Amino acid sequence: MTAGSKSQAGIVTGQVGHSADDGATRRDFLFLTAGSFGAVGAGIAAWPLVHSMNPAKDTLALSTTEVDISKIEKGQSITVMWQGKPVFVRHRTEDEIDQARKVDLSALGDKQEDTARVKKDREAWLVVVGICTHLGCVPVGQKPSESRGDFGGWFCPCHGSHYDTSGRIRKGPAPKNLAVPPYEFLSDTLIKIG
Amino acid sequence: MGSSERATFNNKVVSWIDERLPVFTLMQKEYGVFPTPRNFNYFWNFGAIAMFMLIAMIATGIFLAMNYTAHVDMAFDSVERIDRDVNWGWLLRDIHMNGASFFFIAVYIHIFRGLYYGSYKKPREILWILGVVIFLLMMATAFMGYVLPWGQMSYWGATVITNLFSAIPLVGDGIVKWLWGGFAVDNPTLNRFFALHYLLPFVIFAVVFLHVWALHVSGSNNPTGIEPKGKQDTLPFHPYYTMKDTFGLLVYLVIFCAFVFYAPDYLGHPDNYREANALVTPAHIVPEWYFLPFYAMLRAITFDVGIPGTDIVFISAKLGGVIAMFGSIALLFVLPWLDTHPIRSARYRPQFRLFLMIFLAAFVVLGYVGSQPADAALAGVPLQVIGLLGTAYYYAFFLVVLPWLNKTEKGKDVPKSIYDAVMAAEGKKK
Repeated sequence: MTAGSKSQAGIVTGQVGHSADDGATRRDFLFLTAGSFGAVGAGIAAWPLVHSMNPAKDTLALSTTEVDISKIEKGQSITVMWQGKPVFVRHRTEDEIDQARKVDLSALGDKQEDTARVKKDREAWLVVVGICTHLGCVPVGQKPSESRGDFGGWFCPCHGSHYDTSGRIRKGPAPKNLAVPPYEFLSDTLIKIG
Repeated sequence: MGSSERATFNNKVVSWIDERLPVFTLMQKEYGVFPTPRNFNYFWNFGAIAMFMLIAMIATGIFLAMNYTAHVDMAFDSVERIDRDVNWGWLLRDIHMNGASFFFIAVYIHIFRGLYYGSYKKPREILWILGVVIFLLMMATAFMGYVLPWGQMSYWGATVITNLFSAIPLVGDGIVKWLWGGFAVDNPTLNRFFALHYLLPFVIFAVVFLHVWALHVSGSNNPTGIEPKGKQDTLPFHPYYTMKDTFGLLVYLVIFCAFVFYAPDYLGHPDNYREANALVTPAHIVPEWYFLPFYAMLRAITFDVGIPGTDIVFISAKLGGVIAMFGSIALLFVLPWLDTHPIRSARYRPQFRLFLMIFLAAFVVLGYVGSQPADAALAGVPLQVIGLLGTAYYYAFFLVVLPWLNKTEKGKDVPKSIYDAVMAAEGKKK
């Protein structure tokens, strides 16, 4: 603003119908709107970069796995890969099912009935994601030679979490039960995970 | 930095260039005649040593990248090929591997120097904060670099550390999937870690530049913690400290070379020479030694914080551990405002020095705790308890001890000037 445009203190002449205060308000408004649009635009421009780091379509496409369970004897357990993660499929004995069902819910950290973790009439089959809910290690207990922890399920060697025969957390730092993935029985001997 | 006053140079080419781009004037001013306190001890070598290590890491890293393949099927073998088949590949890799450790050793000593002599205090707060930023960036870079050989420790270290973010309420799981680019640590993760591992050192370099810039505004602190008051207190940086830094660096490199040539795997973990396997977790996951104290703090919190006697939990044990770990670094950022005692150097603050030494000991003990299995014990005391006590002291030092000393510690008489302090020390010797 040149000195000549000011006649009296604070009043701009030559800009018809607007006092200096008006002009400043309008400029502020323009600055703010332009600034906000710029910020929103930068945010929108950044989104493709950020989103490119999320799982890609081909990664998402590998989202189901079929498992033949006919060869798994009672008491045995196998590990299959689903979405790059190990999934434990365990054929439970009657004892193990009993153990899992006898537990008083108040003794659990993450309260869940065994019945809520298996399919109805298929109680013998426990399917859980084999990743400790603490910091993502794979618990041991799949092989007969490995420790199954204090509760007959799995034991995470990283930070000492014990899981029971329903895959529920019983002792140690893990906050949650082993996750049950979405799965269905296609037949008596075939399940589809995912 | 476009300073108006230029130095004069006899060489005509130098003079010609300097008139157009005054880099020679800049070097002369900042590294030639730069007035530097005359009383540095060897603790003041470690900034220059860290700078050298950064450059050595970038130099070896670029050539390693020319032979590395960032793919889950090939990464492990490509690193073995560097070790066995690439000309001098073993040397590049051993320098880079051990260089990370020696970079951290230098930086830890550099940080401790800052703590001991109060280098974070006014007017050096931003200088200090930039240093903490560099430290954080170094941790991120080192972590991602360790994943690249795709060994068992690489894979499982990456799994455990990325899973830390799942502790964040509501958005945690989404963030972890975003970090992975999938449903587990896998090929997309390896690729992005390689890209970022290549990028971050240059970011570090840029922040180091700011760090040095801030240093040259305030000037260096010194063992007395008193600001130089005149010429009698300082020496020109060259040749006095260029020589002292070079000497210290050479001694440091002798030790470094001993590791590179005679014990290249001493600081590593044998499990990382087994290829990554998503189905088998190593019995005992440990991070590299320079992360151990922080890893111990992560594991120290094993209890939920909530209303006792109910199931209401505000902070789960998992989130608590994550907060304890990241909080320990956040405290460093605000240190200049926690310790506002007018005396800088621990030399004249016996109480501060005592508590700082206990702090150092606690940090080392935490490192030991972090290196051991979670359920181990030392002399009958579970390490769990020791880890929790160490973490408690770490926090208490910053949040209780320092503010308390601000009010209560009188301190010793501080010499009038650096010159007086130096002359008094000389007098004692004679």
